Amino acid sequence: MAVCIAVIAKENYPLYIRSLPTQNELKFHYTVHTSLDVVEEKISAVGKSLGDQRELYLGLLYPTEDYKVYGYVTNSKVKFVIVVDSSNTSLRDNEIRSMFRKLHNSFTDVMCNPFHNPGDTIQSKAFDGIVSGMMVQAA
Amino acid sequence: MESLTLTDFEQKYYSDLFAYCDTDNTKKVASNGRVLDLFRAAQLPSEVVLQITELCGATRLGHFGRSQFYIALKLIAIAQSGLPLRVESLNSVKDLPLPRFVVGKNEAEARHAALYQDTDSQGLYPASAAAVMPRPPGRVIHNKKGPPPTTSLPVHEVIQPLAPSIEPQPEPTSPVVSPHQSPPTSPQSWRKHKRQPSGGNADRQPVVAPAGAVWTQFREPQAVPVPGEGMWPSHSPPPPGQESWVSFTADTPPSSAIPGMHPSSVQESTTIRTVASGATTNEIQRQTSGYDDPWKITDEQRQYYINQFKTIQPDLNGFIPGSSAKEFFTKSKLPILELSHIWELSDFDKDGALTLDEFCAAFHLVVARKNGYDLPEKLPESLMPKLIDLDDSAEVPDQAADVGYSGSPVEAWPEMNQNSEQWETFSERSSSSQTLTQFDSNIAPADPDTAIVHPVPIRMTPSKIHMQEMELKRTGSDHNHPTSPLLAKPPELSEEAKLPSSMKFVAANAVGDGYSSSDSFTSDQEPITRQRSHSGTSPETLKVVAPPPPPPRPHASHSRSSSLDMNRTFAVVTAAGQPPSSAIAYPPAVPPRPLPTQSSAPHTGLRGEAEVAPGGPTVLTTTSPQIPQQPNFADFSQFQAFAATDQPSSLPDVDIHSEPGQVEKPSEGAGPLRTVKSDGQADERVPATVSSAKCSGSGPLGPPPKPVRRRLKSEDELRPEDEQPGPQKSNVIAAVLATQPTIPRSVGKDKKAIQASIRRNKETNTVLARLNSELQQQLKDLLEERISLEVQLEQLRPFSHL
Repeated sequence: MAVCIAVIAKENYPLYIRSLPTQNELKFHYTVHTSLDVVEEKISAVGKSLGDQRELYLGLLYPTEDYKVYGYVTNSKVKFVIVVDSSNTSLRDNEIRSMFRKLHNSFTDVMCNPFHNPGDTIQSKAFDGIVSGMMVQAA
Repeated sequence: MESLTLTDFEQKYYSDLFAYCDTDNTKKVASNGRVLDLFRAAQLPSEVVLQITELCGATRLGHFGRSQFYIALKLIAIAQSGLPLRVESLNSVKDLPLPRFVVGKNEAEARHAALYQDTDSQGLYPASAAAVMPRPPGRVIHNKKGPPPTTSLPVHEVIQPLAPSIEPQPEPTSPVVSPHQSPPTSPQSWRKHKRQPSGGNADRQPVVAPAGAVWTQFREPQAVPVPGEGMWPSHSPPPPGQESWVSFTADTPPSSAIPGMHPSSVQESTTIRTVASGATTNEIQRQTSGYDDPWKITDEQRQYYINQFKTIQPDLNGFIPGSSAKEFFTKSKLPILELSHIWELSDFDKDGALTLDEFCAAFHLVVARKNGYDLPEKLPESLMPKLIDLDDSAEVPDQAADVGYSGSPVEAWPEMNQNSEQWETFSERSSSSQTLTQFDSNIAPADPDTAIVHPVPIRMTPSKIHMQEMELKRTGSDHNHPTSPLLAKPPELSEEAKLPSSMKFVAANAVGDGYSSSDSFTSDQEPITRQRSHSGTSPETLKVVAPPPPPPRPHASHSRSSSLDMNRTFAVVTAAGQPPSSAIAYPPAVPPRPLPTQSSAPHTGLRGEAEVAPGGPTVLTTTSPQIPQQPNFADFSQFQAFAATDQPSSLPDVDIHSEPGQVEKPSEGAGPLRTVKSDGQADERVPATVSSAKCSGSGPLGPPPKPVRRRLKSEDELRPEDEQPGPQKSNVIAAVLATQPTIPRSVGKDKKAIQASIRRNKETNTVLARLNSELQQQLKDLLEERISLEVQLEQLRPFSHL
């Protein structure tokens, strides 16, 4: 259901970004980039409470007239960003959470691969498959 | 000598040949004997051979080192193609066909050569081509080790042999597949060989023999060598590729001269792979047997893998950590991306470490890849991690079909094994997937509302019961439960509202009783019971909640206490009399008291008796008001009894009959009376009663026996379903009869009768009105419930999208 899915590394460079080809991809790149600020803000805010289990799911980062952006950050400061189309019947929060979980799981699998160097772009077919699955449903 | 650049094919081929020649297993030097044999097999004039030997430097060195060997082979190829032997030509000749070796093992070699000739020459043995293909890849690996004689990577060596072996396997298609599939290089020769097996076992035979010998040598206990031979023939058709891939075992694959080595054996020989084109063909064939076959790991291969595993991790049950696995596989020189993909495929449990099975699968995939096979998108079943136990044991049932190995233990995993493996893998997968999906499961929370959303399949008991429920206004869970029935009830309710409410109650109760017994729907029973309580108003005697069929308006009122109750019921009945038919129809079966009997008894006089008989079949009541004469008869009889005492016997009968909406109870008594009764229900009754009253001089109550009797009868009639009152009525009637006093007839009585009837009517009215109001109330409640449920449904609806 997503229109764009991105994985951003700790240093805020993208490890993986994919959007529906029909869309203007650059626009999504910008969107994701701007969403990083919001993510940072949320992280820092919550992070104040040291030791607290920080909620990984950040929720709706910000909505625009066309779409909504959701964020999720792992404990290693890897961020997942999902952009969904607003016209989609509002996806439930749980659905977004499940999407993030799936992403996180796939990402973990990718990281487990010894041949994958952290910091490289993600080139796992399995990961691609999962992302496609989440995006195909949309539009 | 001069540097030698070999194509991949050549590399492979040469290395295989070298391995074959390397009888001493030195990996460095090819035994002269073998080499010379090989050269002889090349069918070149001896002087050419000498020249070659000299050129390659062996003469100088005194032995054939790898490089020398390779050079020699190349020169042979050159010579065979008719080019002059020149050292320079070694590298300059392009597209040099691979050297051909002939016969004996040389046949195999020759075939090899032929195969190697060029990738196109697959035509040789179409079938084997496939097999060959797989092999060659192995060659490719050999290449790696070729150039630098000292392969720094023993692993690779191992891999090399594996590759070839794998090649055949991965060959996806039927053996006939043209070699094209095979990746480049030497496969061709393999192909040839492969074809050979398909082509001629006979040839192989001889080859096999030596091959066998060779095999034994390097092969470990595969027991293949000899068996290989034997199997060879059996194998040829079958699955070639299976094992031998494994021949990778680096140990210098025995000269692959043994082409056809019987697939199994060939495979085992692995090393011989180069020669074992036959084997490859077999392998190919085998592959053809199933797509998965290519991915099957042969015994040899598995052994090889296990050995490699041990080098990294001595404990076979342990894991290889990702980092060391990475190093290991990096040596295979595959691109990291592919290695990454292989890892993804093979690390089944995604734990970042490789178990033996996973390792074997990964290794297998690497070999396949090196042989040019594309990596699958998902792990082939045959590679799915199996229990380690399977590896070691001979549990693996022989794939008799394919392998024909009788002895070889882990023979290519039989399909069954695969299946079992699949099962295992599935379980693993499932377990792993479960962990993954745990999160997801959160999403599918069982909405507590869902239960409400979908209609509760409440058994629709007879509508009456529902009505009762509704009337009872159950709340709480009952509401949910009986939602549908409740909802369904309103319509029924409305329908029935027409009927005298009291009647319904009565009837419902009666019905409820009847139904409840048969209906396990407990909730229904509740209302029923409650209904009963509600209907407590109805006369005990009646009990029958079911509103008696149109009460005999006319009378239905008894002066007596007991009869008072009856009055009530009668009142109801009379009220119900209006739609007598419906009333009648409504209550199921309740005994139509007298009616049935009456109807059954076609006597006019009998009717009375029949009436008395409570059990009277309800039929009468339910039947249309046609019971014309019969009841009369019954009545008559009664009347007669009365007549003795009471003249207007007939009248009363008539009255009685006319009573309750039992249309069925058509006017009893005399024909005329009958008609009268049949005409009207309550009204007629009334006059009848009046008349009877006149006769009897008793008002509605009918003190005179007649009226009473009538009323009783009417009651019975009224309540077709009600059997019980029957007896009571009979009693009453009897009592009445007994008491039958004179029947004052007079106008006064008429008046009284009229007044009585009026009173009765009023009572009926009030009762009905009450019933009506209650039903209305119920309806309202139900509607409210319905609305609330609909709202809930709406709320839940979006959730249902998930």
